[in-house]
Amino acid sequence: MVFVIRRILQSLVVVLVMSLVVFVGVHLVGDPVHILISDEMTQAEIDAFIHRLGLDRPVYEQYFHFLGNALRGDLGNSFVFGEPALKLILQRMPATLELAFAAFILAVVVGIPFGVYAGLKPESPASRAIMAGSILGFSLPTFWVGLMLIMVFAVMLGWLPSTGRGDFGTWDGIRHLILPAFNLALFKMALVTRLARAGTREAALQDYVKFARAKGLSPSRVVLVHILKNILVPVVTVLGLELGGLIAFSVVTESVFAWPGMGKLLIDSIQRLDRPVVVAYLVITVIMFVVINLVVDLLYSALDPRVRLKEAKA
Amino acid sequence: MKFVHRILAVTLFLFVGAAAAQELRVGLANEPTAMDPHYHNLSPNNSLLNHIFERLVGQDERQRMVPELAESWKTLDPNTWEIKLRRNVKFHDGSPFTADDVLFSFERAPNVENSPSSFGIYIKGKTLTKVDDYTIHIKTAAPYPLMPNDLSTIYIISKKNATGAKTPDYNSGKAAIGTGPYRFVEYTPGNRIVVQRFDQYWGPKPMWQRVTFRPIKSDPSRVAALLAGDVDFIEEVPATDMERLKKDSKVTVAQVVSNRIIYLHLDHFRDDSPFVRAKDGGPIKNPLRDVRVRKAISMSIDRDAIVSRVMEGMAIKAGQLLPDGFFGVSPKLKPVAYDPAGAKKLLAEAGVPNGFRLTIHSPNDRYPNDAKIAEAVGQMLSRNGIDTQVVTMTQGVFFRDASTGSPDKGPKFSFILVGWGSGTGEASSPLKSLLATFDRDKGMGASNRGRFSNPQVDKLINDALATVDDTRRAALLAQATEVAIEDVGIIPLHYQVNTWAMRKGFGYKPRTDEYTLATGVTKAN
Repeated sequence: MVFVIRRILQSLVVVLVMSLVVFVGVHLVGDPVHILISDEMTQAEIDAFIHRLGLDRPVYEQYFHFLGNALRGDLGNSFVFGEPALKLILQRMPATLELAFAAFILAVVVGIPFGVYAGLKPESPASRAIMAGSILGFSLPTFWVGLMLIMVFAVMLGWLPSTGRGDFGTWDGIRHLILPAFNLALFKMALVTRLARAGTREAALQDYVKFARAKGLSPSRVVLVHILKNILVPVVTVLGLELGGLIAFSVVTESVFAWPGMGKLLIDSIQRLDRPVVVAYLVITVIMFVVINLVVDLLYSALDPRVRLKEAKA
Repeated sequence: MKFVHRILAVTLFLFVGAAAAQELRVGLANEPTAMDPHYHNLSPNNSLLNHIFERLVGQDERQRMVPELAESWKTLDPNTWEIKLRRNVKFHDGSPFTADDVLFSFERAPNVENSPSSFGIYIKGKTLTKVDDYTIHIKTAAPYPLMPNDLSTIYIISKKNATGAKTPDYNSGKAAIGTGPYRFVEYTPGNRIVVQRFDQYWGPKPMWQRVTFRPIKSDPSRVAALLAGDVDFIEEVPATDMERLKKDSKVTVAQVVSNRIIYLHLDHFRDDSPFVRAKDGGPIKNPLRDVRVRKAISMSIDRDAIVSRVMEGMAIKAGQLLPDGFFGVSPKLKPVAYDPAGAKKLLAEAGVPNGFRLTIHSPNDRYPNDAKIAEAVGQMLSRNGIDTQVVTMTQGVFFRDASTGSPDKGPKFSFILVGWGSGTGEASSPLKSLLATFDRDKGMGASNRGRFSNPQVDKLINDALATVDDTRRAALLAQATEVAIEDVGIIPLHYQVNTWAMRKGFGYKPRTDEYTLATGVTKAN
């Protein structure tokens, strides 16, 4: 419990520092006013608009004003859309969560079996193919792979829609989801494969595995219980961190596939210097990372009894 | 089994065929920021909302004024306009359109909460009175010839449905009730906007039963969506794909010169200009104030090379502020010819035979190829003795500094690349904003970032803006343009070209104002 409270206090400090950095950073980058206004406006009207947004006040004043409102749960109105930044982000969150979890599941479902197989039979041609594939998954740029997927599966073969999102839960929705989810998952798949392979190779040589074999346990039991359980700790750690990344920064995939998620909102907002949205987005992101890390820590103790023992002693 | 397949194929074909004939799917490069027609004076908003709402005066594809909700307009005396409204027009909820809705719309448009760029500029100084349900008088303090142009910017909303409504009420569709050819159906930001044909529309019946607009901002993805058949029609074809799409037998393209000019503005007002230096880096009396130097710069630029190489043919070289065919352009002005030797001679006459050092500033994310154009200009000038350094930056920084970046809140740069689109579709817009003497209080020269000032130009502009007679006003605007261009107030480079691409069999009347209108999309059967 103490641990959880300490974590929450730490993250509050992180949110505070981050909001300050982003606030000042976006302020230094440039001025949203000249992106928003129409060319025909006169200087007097432009000044009135700047005043209305509060951009004529010193940055520290603007920041404290923002903080005061944030404490009341108001993260400010988007300069561009005129609606609450939080609402805009939450509006697009379901699309991003759908994409991120689809990619996450894909990465786990494909990555772990491939990795374990490649770890158990490192010399087989299939394993070599898997490892070569994982290098490609690592190194090819996401936007390029995305465009190639569209070219092949949408333009040339016509099997899947090129861009956009269908209605959640429908066949059309799933068809729209396949390409972007695969594109987003590719890197994570490669990562999980390699982690699982390394873990498996190490675990396969351990005494307890040899002993389990010697005991005459079936190979499937040896792999699924004795090996898999032991390689999961690093995999869960990395996946936890990566899930946050999947949700918060699927910017490239969302742009290429015109997926109406938060990532696209973020990049558009950065381009338009829509500071309230950028700050609100990052505040939410930090909170999300903190929560995921907390869950990962709790999962550790479930997966690794030694962690539980240590805590009990402490 | 084979039989079943055949039946399936036939039904599928019928189904797809039927759906395709009635629904139009459009890929947008730019997404509107709201469904509120008075929230943001921005092309993507104005373009999309044109389906749902209408204005008193419409603009055709060449931005000529045409009757829309107003049947006719005329001046009773120089300061009073009489507008006759169209009868038997219905809003989407079935209620009739009357003068009250016009008065209501003009009252709301300048006062929208949080609006980033308000329509107030088109309404101020006008007093509207209702004469009867279908007649309105508009009074101004001085003669105001641009009345029809201003009326062509304000969308008319329904007083009955929109009283007290705020922007979110439009985004939800509750208040998005107009008289236009299409009704609001759905708005999901980032994903799609759907409209449905309004069967009681007063005008010609639109071809499409239903139109879905999908924002696909990424250029290659938008083209891919068209090639994959996910959308029927896209706007803003990237220049790199244009040649290939023209050759593709499954695709048709449409293009037209736009109302946007790309030009160079020079420091006309400072004797010691911050980004002009002598060859040795020391201070120099600002040579840009000498018209011969400005002419020399213009002559050193090979516009044909910029159009063919940098713009890949997607531009037309410019000699004035708007392309031929627009109201108030001069028939006499032609693009300045590339003449490096002549430019050298002029530099010598102006006392800087060996040139000087100059920095050109340009945005790198505002206009197509903006940074590349600046680099090309820089190279061309450097080759002719004016050592030009190129600095490009993101538009948020560029426009702030170009307008108010100097210590005294004036223009910071000496030599910039910028663009200007004439929303009103006539020459007074660029003249008033770019070439009239800067006057904060009168709102003249608001984007005159070189602070060009020529009393003769000012007088001609003011005369034109007070002349209601179209022929005489057009002549005055043309004359003002001639004097300003002769004095090299700005250096015109080229006009942009607006492009659309669509599946074979579809057609589009390309528009100079960049609007993407489903009402203009046809399909041969």
